[in-house]
Amino acid sequence: MLQTARRPTAVSPVSTPPRAAAMTPPPSVRVKGFTRSFGATSVLKDMNLDIQPGEFVALLGASGSGKTTLLRTLAGLDPAPVDQVSTPAARAVVFQDPRLMPWKRVWRNVALGLKGRDIRGKAEDALGEVGLSHRLDAWPATLSGGEAQRAALARALIREPKLLLLDEPFAALDALTRIRMHELVLKLWRAHDPAVLLVTHDVDEAITLADRVLVLDQGRIAAEEVVTLPRPRDVDDAFQAIRRRLLGHLGVTSHDPAVAAELIAFRPRQDAH
Amino acid sequence: MSLAYHDRLTDKAKVGAKAGPKLSWPKLADQRWLSPVLLLAIWEVASLTGVIPSRILAAPSAVVQTLAHLVVNGDLPNALIVSLARMAVGLAIGVTTGTVLALAAGLSKLGETLVDPPLQIIRPLPTLALTPLFIVWLGIGETPKIALISLGVTFPIYLNLFNAIRSVDPRLMEAGRSFGLSGWDLIVNVVLPGAMPGFLVGLRYALSVSLLILVVAEQINASAGLGYLINNARDFMQTDVIVVCLLVYALLGLGADLLVRALERRLLVWRPAFLKA
Repeated sequence: MLQTARRPTAVSPVSTPPRAAAMTPPPSVRVKGFTRSFGATSVLKDMNLDIQPGEFVALLGASGSGKTTLLRTLAGLDPAPVDQVSTPAARAVVFQDPRLMPWKRVWRNVALGLKGRDIRGKAEDALGEVGLSHRLDAWPATLSGGEAQRAALARALIREPKLLLLDEPFAALDALTRIRMHELVLKLWRAHDPAVLLVTHDVDEAITLADRVLVLDQGRIAAEEVVTLPRPRDVDDAFQAIRRRLLGHLGVTSHDPAVAAELIAFRPRQDAH
Repeated sequence: MSLAYHDRLTDKAKVGAKAGPKLSWPKLADQRWLSPVLLLAIWEVASLTGVIPSRILAAPSAVVQTLAHLVVNGDLPNALIVSLARMAVGLAIGVTTGTVLALAAGLSKLGETLVDPPLQIIRPLPTLALTPLFIVWLGIGETPKIALISLGVTFPIYLNLFNAIRSVDPRLMEAGRSFGLSGWDLIVNVVLPGAMPGFLVGLRYALSVSLLILVVAEQINASAGLGYLINNARDFMQTDVIVVCLLVYALLGLGADLLVRALERRLLVWRPAFLKA
């Protein structure tokens, strides 16, 4: 089981050419001195952020910290000057709500906007990867929350994005489904090798998944934690130390023991891998 | 039927079963056909005994005979075809006009600025009030009848479709854009299917409006159609023919409703309400 903190390059099918490994590759995402304001209030202030190709970055922050604004900017949903924000052209978003077109069958949702030959075949492959081969022709209204979100993942991945943007995609799911989705996301990330930006308010989710966790506070990156624990990650002492530091950055010094207990109780049992 | 209501009935059924096997009230309470049949019977008896003279209202039996007669001699089928054609042509023109205007106004701000104000100004005017003007402009032939239906139908289609286009879930629009849809692709894949439920609501209204206007418009100096049949019957006090024509109008209304329901089942098959069924 080859699972180190950094995703092993041997596993990734789309890897950088060997000679490029010697020098630092250009970042996949580069945000430089970007400020975004709505009226008088700046939501993002002089933001600087690089994301390396294939890097998994989690963005933590309270409501109103600007994390969704940053994601929307990187997704191209909000305008940004090209000299301040550069992203790969191939990018895809998974939103908190699945946002499947209710009038399109699942496979057509996955293939939304694709042109060319054998779109259905591609959609079948993508849905197979997320374990939804049996729901190809289902209507979105008949999917469970987890299934809908997996379809949304398939819709993002079928575009072979170089940047995958996840906007609290598991927040509305129950705890067990969320754990399965975490495993799925890691599997897909290893297979497709996109840079990932995960916006979340779940500290444990961030530590479980990401190479690097950023804490956003009032439009600024207030803290950064590089997580080098090997995956799959158990809630061991090192994990808890990172959690304590991140909660401290988030301003939660003495967090509710019940909340903490719930967070810990539903840690994935990853020894099954 | 609510569950509580159902339970009450079942309880009554048990009580009835204990008291005696003769009368079963719950069963009787389910017989919705009973009162219409009773009324028909009363009407028939009253007609036969002369309480209701036939120049006031023909007996149900006479209506059935007249219906058979009018069908056999071809008067009713011919009239029906003429009236149906008026309704169909009027609907086709009106639905097309309403759809085109709603697309123009719904899909572009400029379109809305140009199209919406005049339509909102005309909208409060009851379409039938334009009848005299239409007769002056278009004469008394088929044209003013069809024009009135078309105009009447345009509004429910326009208003409902315009509103539906503007209320398509913005989150879905954003998702569509984020996956590379724009312009025509976005309209075809997101806007129009999203607006379809609203359009069908408009179509439902349009069909009843078209029938309403047809009834009034085709009594203007008609020389063919159901309106002509009714006008003639009125002149000769043939209440049986009038009732037959009313029946046919009612059937047209029912048919229109069935048509929209069939369309909804087909076009909105993705809706949870239809998926459960």
